[in-house]
Amino acid sequence: MSNQDALIEIRDVCKLFTDDGDEKQAVDHISLTIRRHEFVTLLGPSGCGKTTTLRMIAGFETPTSGAIYIDGKDVSAVPPYKRKVNTVFQRYALFPHLNVADNIAFGLTVKKLPKDVIAQKVDAMLRMVGLQGYNKRKVTSLSGGEQQRVAIARALVNEPEVLLLDEPLGALDLKKRKEMQIELKNMQQKLGITFVYVTHDQEEALTMSDTVVVMRGGTIQQVGTPQDIYNEPRNRFVADFIGESNIIDGIMPEDERVVIGDVSLDCVDKGFAPNEPVDVVIRPEDIYIVTQSDKGQFKGTVESVVFKGVHYEMQVRDTAGFLWLIQDTSMFAEGMEVGLIVRPEDIHIMRKSDDPNAAVYREEEAL
Amino acid sequence: MRKLKLFALPYILWMVVFTVLPMFLIVYYAFTNAPGNSAPTLEHFFKAIDPMYMKILLRSIWIAFLCTALCLLLGYPVAFLLARARNGAVWSLFFILPMWMNFLLRTYAWMSILENTGILNSLFVAMGLGQMELLYNENAVILGMVYNFLPFMILPIYTNLQKQDVSLLEAAQDLGCNGWRVFTRVTLPLSMPGVVSGITMVFMPAVTTFAISRLLSGGKFMLFGDIIEQQYLSTGNWNVGSMLSLIMLAIILLSMGLMGRFGSDTKDGGGML
Amino acid sequence: MRRNHKALHLISRLYMVAVLVFLYAPILVMMVLSFNEGKSRGNFTGFSLKWYGELFQNAEIMQALSNTLIIAVISSLVATVVGTFAAYGISQMNRRSQGLVMNISYLPVINPDIVTGVSLMLLFIFMRMNLGFATMLISHIVFNIPYVILSVMPRIKQMDRHLLEAAMDLGLPPLRAFLKVVLPDIMPGVISGMIMAFTLSIDDFVISFFTTSGVQNLSIYIYSSARRGIEPTVYAIMTLMFVTVVSLLLLINRKSLGRTVAKRTRI
Repeated sequence: MSNQDALIEIRDVCKLFTDDGDEKQAVDHISLTIRRHEFVTLLGPSGCGKTTTLRMIAGFETPTSGAIYIDGKDVSAVPPYKRKVNTVFQRYALFPHLNVADNIAFGLTVKKLPKDVIAQKVDAMLRMVGLQGYNKRKVTSLSGGEQQRVAIARALVNEPEVLLLDEPLGALDLKKRKEMQIELKNMQQKLGITFVYVTHDQEEALTMSDTVVVMRGGTIQQVGTPQDIYNEPRNRFVADFIGESNIIDGIMPEDERVVIGDVSLDCVDKGFAPNEPVDVVIRPEDIYIVTQSDKGQFKGTVESVVFKGVHYEMQVRDTAGFLWLIQDTSMFAEGMEVGLIVRPEDIHIMRKSDDPNAAVYREEEAL
Repeated sequence: MRKLKLFALPYILWMVVFTVLPMFLIVYYAFTNAPGNSAPTLEHFFKAIDPMYMKILLRSIWIAFLCTALCLLLGYPVAFLLARARNGAVWSLFFILPMWMNFLLRTYAWMSILENTGILNSLFVAMGLGQMELLYNENAVILGMVYNFLPFMILPIYTNLQKQDVSLLEAAQDLGCNGWRVFTRVTLPLSMPGVVSGITMVFMPAVTTFAISRLLSGGKFMLFGDIIEQQYLSTGNWNVGSMLSLIMLAIILLSMGLMGRFGSDTKDGGGML
Repeated sequence: MRRNHKALHLISRLYMVAVLVFLYAPILVMMVLSFNEGKSRGNFTGFSLKWYGELFQNAEIMQALSNTLIIAVISSLVATVVGTFAAYGISQMNRRSQGLVMNISYLPVINPDIVTGVSLMLLFIFMRMNLGFATMLISHIVFNIPYVILSVMPRIKQMDRHLLEAAMDLGLPPLRAFLKVVLPDIMPGVISGMIMAFTLSIDDFVISFFTTSGVQNLSIYIYSSARRGIEPTVYAIMTLMFVTVVSLLLLINRKSLGRTVAKRTRI
């Protein structure tokens, strides 16, 4: 094993589903190493293969090719009930015929632990998730948030090496979701076990994770810390999926210089072929608006203004016709002529060829 | 976990032997001279469309049709009144309860009422009307069928009417319909799926029965079910019997297809309770 | 207008009563006649329990009754076990195979009983089995399984499909996971399927008639006795069965009852 810390290793795994004669490549040659004590999030739009990947780690699906190692052992043929991983399911999958305590105790009774030990562990778990005294409640009488906590307790009580979470907060309202994000992160740090978390919510991924794995169309687009992913998206898709972005076609005539339309800008990227066509990504908060339109690198007219709480979100149409999305704490009125300024270090240049799904992506965009 | 579909394996093996194979045998017998000769032949088809058999087939369809119409006529008002009644759900049970008795026993009961020395004729004699020939004719058969199948008509219509959105009726009134118009313009058209499943549930067993007709007609006239039974158990011509069975199955599938075009919920038994 | 309304109300009341009389008169007549001292069906000559006495001494009826009950119990149990597992397995198949298996499963339901009966008879003869108790039992299982599947399937479709995975995730192998987690959840459907299978088996005449010979169940006995002429002992057994059924029905809940009855389209 290459890395002493590696707990889960996914090596060149593919998963092909055949249904009604249609073949669907859910996961397409992915390789990924998950370290011990790490909080890893698989992030991507629906159908990107994140849940399938998680289900292969859990053992509910077997890879069509490739192998998955847990603790250095190939587990591809090990059934889910013999793996030291536990799952928190999307809609919790609590057993409706059992009460809260019996749900949590389920895995322990399977292991035939003594009754008093089970009771002790269940109570400890209930305390940890903040549901002490809920033992005899029916799970169907609980709120979504409470059911969520029971589901987490039911998995964690088995002391798994890895906890898998499949969009566990999807059914909660915004406020509950924020609370649970913080709680989950705290739990993970306190227990020191590995969390593999699946979500399509980029904000959630950035808040909680040590490592974010951005997926799309069965492939991994980028692996990195939340900061890396946000600040240095590797391609147009990642840039667009993580946060909001202005993505414009540009050309690199030389190192550290990019031309958008007829505007030439300084930037910090280099190593492109002369006149290589590129995607230029600029975050909305990295664009500055000046009232004297001649002072800007781009000239444009404010088309719309929306107040978003902490900032205003404005759309500015430049003279070349591109619609910029800009976030600024001060407001510029609709119809106003303004100038736009971007700092060189806020300009992110991406090779078009770095995006393996570029063609597909444009198609989707056109829809 | 695709392996879980193995749970169905014992049943699928069972199904192949006891559902698919028997149907295959019927088809095989219908188109060959099995068990003696396995060469394909259409002779049983030509025997089966003999005018005598076709007359019986038409009579079966006619009687089933009459029975279905009577059940609809009798049953719709019952279903309607039940749906409007305060304790309709409880009352509907009383209309269902007789179904829980073996249908032969119910038919048996009618035989004792209708026979020459039965209770009705005793009444008639006491009233000075004289004895009447009530049993062993077509009317007795139709009576017996209506009696046996009436709940199958009431139930789906009742279920449908009960589920109807009251606000639709109020909307119709709001738009100027009087009681009768609300019924003909809204209630009735909306209840068509229930009516269709009721018709299917009555017509199918009515057209295929042989025991009810045999008992109440005293074997005086035959229905299509009777000639199939006869081919197998008395004449011993299984090939023609199989062909007649296929014709009956075809009629059932045809009428189901026809009914399916009128109401979408016939297949699952029609939005039952 | 108000008087009109009242008259309408009265007419509908009378109509309902008339239909109920039509439905119950034969049953009431039978019950009364089962206590009749004489053999006459025209008039009541005096109260007596002698037909009940004769009923219990009539070995033929008692044999038919026990055949009916044994077959109903075994066939409904077997059908429930096989059908419940089958329904779950089918729900895990892809759409195309699911459609195929369900359509074939429907066959005994839509097939006229007489066709099911003769086709099974052909099969048993083809397999060189002697028509008798065993063939009747097999036939009852054949027509019972689809009703169990049809009754269990909706519960499975409603169920959270991750339940079984959750149990496996917590350490149970598939079969134990199914028994411990899925089965309790779909139990209402399983039970109503079993009741349906049981009553269908008790009620069946046509399929039994073609798939057995020499061995009688109650339906076959009644059919042949009706052709011989009416016997008051049949009234007695009818009364007993009706009372039993009504009391059983009062024990199970109304809803599953209605659904069960509604599916009893086979005559």
